[in-house]
This record gives sequence, C-alpha cells and structure tokens, in this order.
Amino acid sequence: MSILVDEKTTFLVQGITGREAVNLTRECLDYGSKIVGGVTPGRAGRDVYGVPVYDCVRDVVKHHGPVQGSVIAVPPGFTRDAAFEAIENGIRLIVVVTENIPRQEVAQMVELATLRGARIIGPNCLGLITPGECKMGGIGGPAANTRQAYTRGPVAIMSRSGGMTTEIASTLTAAGLGQSTAVSIGGDAIIGTTYAELMPLFEADPETKAIAIYSEPGGRMEAELAEWVVAHESRLPIVAFMAGRFMDEMKGMRFGHAGTIVEGKEDTTAAKIERMEKAGISVAERIEEIPKLIQKRLAEKR
Amino acid sequence: MRFYEYESKALFRRHGMPLGKSGLARSADDARRIAGEIGGPVVLKSQVLSGGRMKAGAVRFADHPGEAAAHYDAIVPIVVNGQKCRAVLVEERSGVAQEYFAAITWDGRRKCPVLVFSDMGGIDVEEVAEKHPEHVSKTHFSSLLPVTPRIAKQAISATGVSGDALNRLTPIVFELMRIFLAYDLTLAEINPLARLSDGRFLVLDGHIDLEAEARGKHRKLLDELGIQPAETRQAREATPFEIAGAEVNAKDHRGVAGNVVEFDGNLGLVIGAGGGSLTLFDAVRKHGGRPANYCEIGGNPSVNKAKELTKLILSKPGVEKIAVMMNVVSNTRVDIVARGVIKGCIEAGKKPADVIAVFRIPGAWEGEGFKILRKYGVDYCDRSVSMYEAAGRAVAKMKA
Repeated sequence: MSILVDEKTTFLVQGITGREAVNLTRECLDYGSKIVGGVTPGRAGRDVYGVPVYDCVRDVVKHHGPVQGSVIAVPPGFTRDAAFEAIENGIRLIVVVTENIPRQEVAQMVELATLRGARIIGPNCLGLITPGECKMGGIGGPAANTRQAYTRGPVAIMSRSGGMTTEIASTLTAAGLGQSTAVSIGGDAIIGTTYAELMPLFEADPETKAIAIYSEPGGRMEAELAEWVVAHESRLPIVAFMAGRFMDEMKGMRFGHAGTIVEGKEDTTAAKIERMEKAGISVAERIEEIPKLIQKRLAEKR
Repeated sequence: MRFYEYESKALFRRHGMPLGKSGLARSADDARRIAGEIGGPVVLKSQVLSGGRMKAGAVRFADHPGEAAAHYDAIVPIVVNGQKCRAVLVEERSGVAQEYFAAITWDGRRKCPVLVFSDMGGIDVEEVAEKHPEHVSKTHFSSLLPVTPRIAKQAISATGVSGDALNRLTPIVFELMRIFLAYDLTLAEINPLARLSDGRFLVLDGHIDLEAEARGKHRKLLDELGIQPAETRQAREATPFEIAGAEVNAKDHRGVAGNVVEFDGNLGLVIGAGGGSLTLFDAVRKHGGRPANYCEIGGNPSVNKAKELTKLILSKPGVEKIAVMMNVVSNTRVDIVARGVIKGCIEAGKKPADVIAVFRIPGAWEGEGFKILRKYGVDYCDRSVSMYEAAGRAVAKMKA
C-alpha cells in the first residue's frame, strides 16, 4: 500500500509544453508513471514524448476517461485558473509545482478544492512519489537518479523542501530503510495539504510504519501536527529534522521559501522543537541521525 | 512588503476612508507650513518602517507651527529598531473619545483571511486578547465567496459594540476587508480607529503589508504611491553586496543563483537550494565556522549565473575560501554548477583547488560534474558524505 498515488494512478500535466514541464514529463514517463495527456492552450494536436497535448483539461478527460491527477506547471499568473480548471473537470489530486503565487490565490484554489472534494499538494513543491509505482512531479529528478535515492519500504516522508525530500530519502535508502510514499508539501505560507492533513492517510496505510519530516521556521504547521498526533494517539513514530536554527535571532528576514520567516516567537525553531518533542516527536540535529532514530523508535514499539 | 504610514493612508484615502487633514514634511519649513495650513494643534509622526515610534520619541505634539518645525528637526535623526526616518507626517490632532482596532491577515492553518476587531484599540491587541478576551473578536471569512458588510458587522458586534457606533464602524471595517483582498495584502490594519469627541470616526494610524509575490500584479498602484521596484522593504535595508546578488540572479531567467544575505565571516557559501541552504548554514555554524554569506542556488541555473555568483562571493572582502554544497539535487545539474563555479574562481584570479574548501553536490549528472572537479584538483564528495560532514570538512580547512 501507499498513499495518494500508486501504479494505477493516471494524471495529466498542465502547461506541458513549458521547459520545466517537458523535463518533468520525460522523467515521470521514464519512471513508469501514467501520464495520459497534457494541456497547453493553442497547442492541441501536438505531443510531448508521445503524450498528446490538448487545449483544455475537459478534452483530456473526454479522450482518456476519468483522470485522477494533474501536475500544474504554468507561470504564476495562470496557476489559479489552471487549478480551477482541473478541479471543475473532476480531477481530485492536484500537484502545483509553480512558485511565487500570492497566497490569496492559493487560498482560493484550496477553498474550491475543499468544496469539490479535491486535494491540492503544493504550491512551490516537487510533488510526490510512491517508489517503484508512481512519481508525480519533479521529485527525485531524472528516473535513474530517482531510483538511486528512493527505494520501497516502511518510512513515509513529508517535507517543506523538495530538495530535502530526496536528501532524506537518499539517507534512509543508504541505511536500508525504504519509503512508502514521500510528499514534498511545498514551501509557501499557505499550502494545499499540511503535515497534519496527511496524517490520517499515513495512519490508515498499513505499509507505513514511521514518518520522517523536514521542517523550517515560520507558520503553525508543526504545532498543528503536534496537536494532531496527541489528539489521535498516532501509532506512527515521527522523526523531524529542523533546519534554519540560525533564523531564530533574525526576526523579519525571509530565507529560502516564501513561508520561511520568523515574525513571532511561535515561528522560531526553538518553539517548534519544544512543541514537537512534547508531542512525542523525536527531533534530529542532523539528517544522518534520522535512520537510527527511526530504527530506535521502531524497536521500542516492538 | 511594508508600506509607510503615509502610503497606507494614501491607499485608504483612495477608498474613501475617513482621515484627518495631513501633509508629508521633508523639511522643517514643510512642517511649519503644513501645521499652519491645518491650523490648531498637530501631531508629527516619523515615517519609519517599524512600530515603537511613540516610545522612541519619534511621535510629538505641537500647538503652533514654530513648535512643529522644531519637532521635525528632533524627529528626523531618530532611528527606530534600526529603521531610518524617511519623512515626517504632520497631521491634525483630534480629541479622542474611544479607540478601536481592526486588522485583517491570513490564517495559514485555516487557509483563509481572518478579521480581528477590538473595541479596546490603541494598545497591543495580543495583550487585550489575553486580559480581556471578550473585547477581541476573530472572524474568518472566505476568499472565494462574496465578501459583504455583514461579516464586518458581526465581528464588531461580537465585542459588544452596538447603536450608532456599530453602524458607523461597519462600512469602514468592510472597506478595509475589500482593500485587503483587492491588493493581495498580508496585513491591513487600522490602529487606532477613533471615535472623536465631536462624534466623527477617523483612521488615525494604518499599517499595510503587500505580499512580495504580488508586487508585479500591483505595479500600477505601487507606481502611483511612489514605491520604487528596487525597494526591498526587508527587515533591514539591502547591502550593496546583496543588491549585486539580486542583479546576478536577474541576469537570466534560468534557475536561481542569488538571494544572498551578507554576514561578516570568512567562509563564502555557494549553497542550495531553499531547504538545503538553511540546513547547510546551520551546519557551518554548528562546526564553529563563520559564514560570509547566505545564498541559494537551485532550479538549474545557467553556467554563467553560477559563475557570476561565485565571483561576487569571492570578491567580498574577508572571504578566504568558498564551500560549494547542496542536498542531493533533482532538477539542478551537478556538472553545470561545477563548471560555473570553477569558471568563477578562475575569472576571479584564484586557483579552484585552493579556494574551494569542499564541493558536495550529489545527484543529477554527478558523474560529469565530478570529472570536471577531478580535472581541477578540487576536493569533492558524493552523497556518502552527509551535508553536516561536508560543512565540517570546509570549516576544518578554514582553521588549518
């Protein structure tokens, strides 16, 4: 088992003829993902590595039956409408790769998705992967690199950084710990799916036995996770890595992702670490400590 | 991106918000003239991108134009929380009967805007919320469905305000909600919103933050308010080194190589990407290293961009070596970064093998990248060396 995507998952790519989207399409196809179509307005009739291009999401759905997902890789000014188009055409899993979208537009996308029963991953993310079955987005890069970093196994990954998702997977793989599903959730202040919102899915997935998390200053996502874990008496041991500790003394400065800024005490790594530890989440000082902390936590459970 | 008070008020004025008579003074003579035109007592307020003006003495009251001119000279040199005074707002001073607070911001957990209202304005709203929770209301609203005045009415009414005050406040708070949504703001605040002794309601002070990502979308408004594209409005002003980094990044649209932040150490950092940079910066400091800068590379920048970034960092006074490090890369090519960094060292007149303390970028095209690094005798490592260990290796070389 896994969450959100598996070998049967079909998806389309919106903005498929763009430079990054062409690369992403190639990588996903090479990995074995099922991309059934692409959309770029005015480019109907072309193809990208054999994937047919249409003008509208409606046409992809019409020609290729129900499609589960969409990867949106269009410029920021067009992203909200692309997401609306996917949602209103029955797409239920939407990965938004695009960066630099004002949060009001993100909030609107998320609100419509919620009204229609769809889920958004991102924006500003690299997508998600169930190793050996489906890679949806740029996560892991070219197929050969993806296979090197990601292997199948019991550990889920949730990360606010796309690059660090793969760094953690690579570290777990080297220690003999494979992954069930890894999700790059995005680095913006408002995102479609937070750690806490993924928890019920991992909780219900029998393959997932533990979770590794990459976290940063800014926002309340870690507090929300800590509350969820306590309230639902989660069966899953969680090990978190917290980056950006130097930012605690640099109030008001934005580093890295759009959502990464210390505005108040709650945003600091110190406050987040304290909250997570109180909820029973182990916090690693270095990435390479994650595998042994997970093994330790798994051994304690037995 | 924070607005100065006078800019916030210019935006409020365009939307018909009730504001007192005021003028912006850029000299003591201006202050004297504006005070004379207003007639009667005035307040002079430093235009500075920080709270805490009153405490710092950057807000003063004057009864006649001569006093206003003297206060101007006293206010201008005052630095508030590291922020300099840009000009002085001279405003009519009014007798206040009651102060209210209204602000709209984003709730990242609920993923929608939240309107915070209090009938105990003028002071810190967090403090009021703690001591008098019944005087603060928090009202979430949709960013998708129509926004109507009933949301503002409910928020105000929830703090116990009724009668004429409720009906006078509702349109002002509703307009603030519309402004918040119309310009992609991350904060729209009026504090205080005052009921004067003569019965009028006035916006006495305002605070607006516009989302950096939406600057392009609202260029026309920013132009009209006189806000230059180069103004970063960060917590501290950008240094020439940081501005040069932004220029490198703007050179072409491929990938990111920039976002530099200046520090005072001796180890230059060419690091990426978003999360990797944070992780590596922490690691260097944990090992006792002194970073000369923070930066970000990612999204597969061109050779030229990586080269220019390297040259910029090497040109910074006090930089002895650079560490080139990233997490396992997916969409950035190791060979392209390697080529750019080596070119940058050579063009800066340095030997790559001497000046690159460590190169740790594993991932896409690493075979090609490592070949180039071997050719130039650069100390590199693959993913079997952790980010933390690589940072340690660089710091050890600085101490040797």
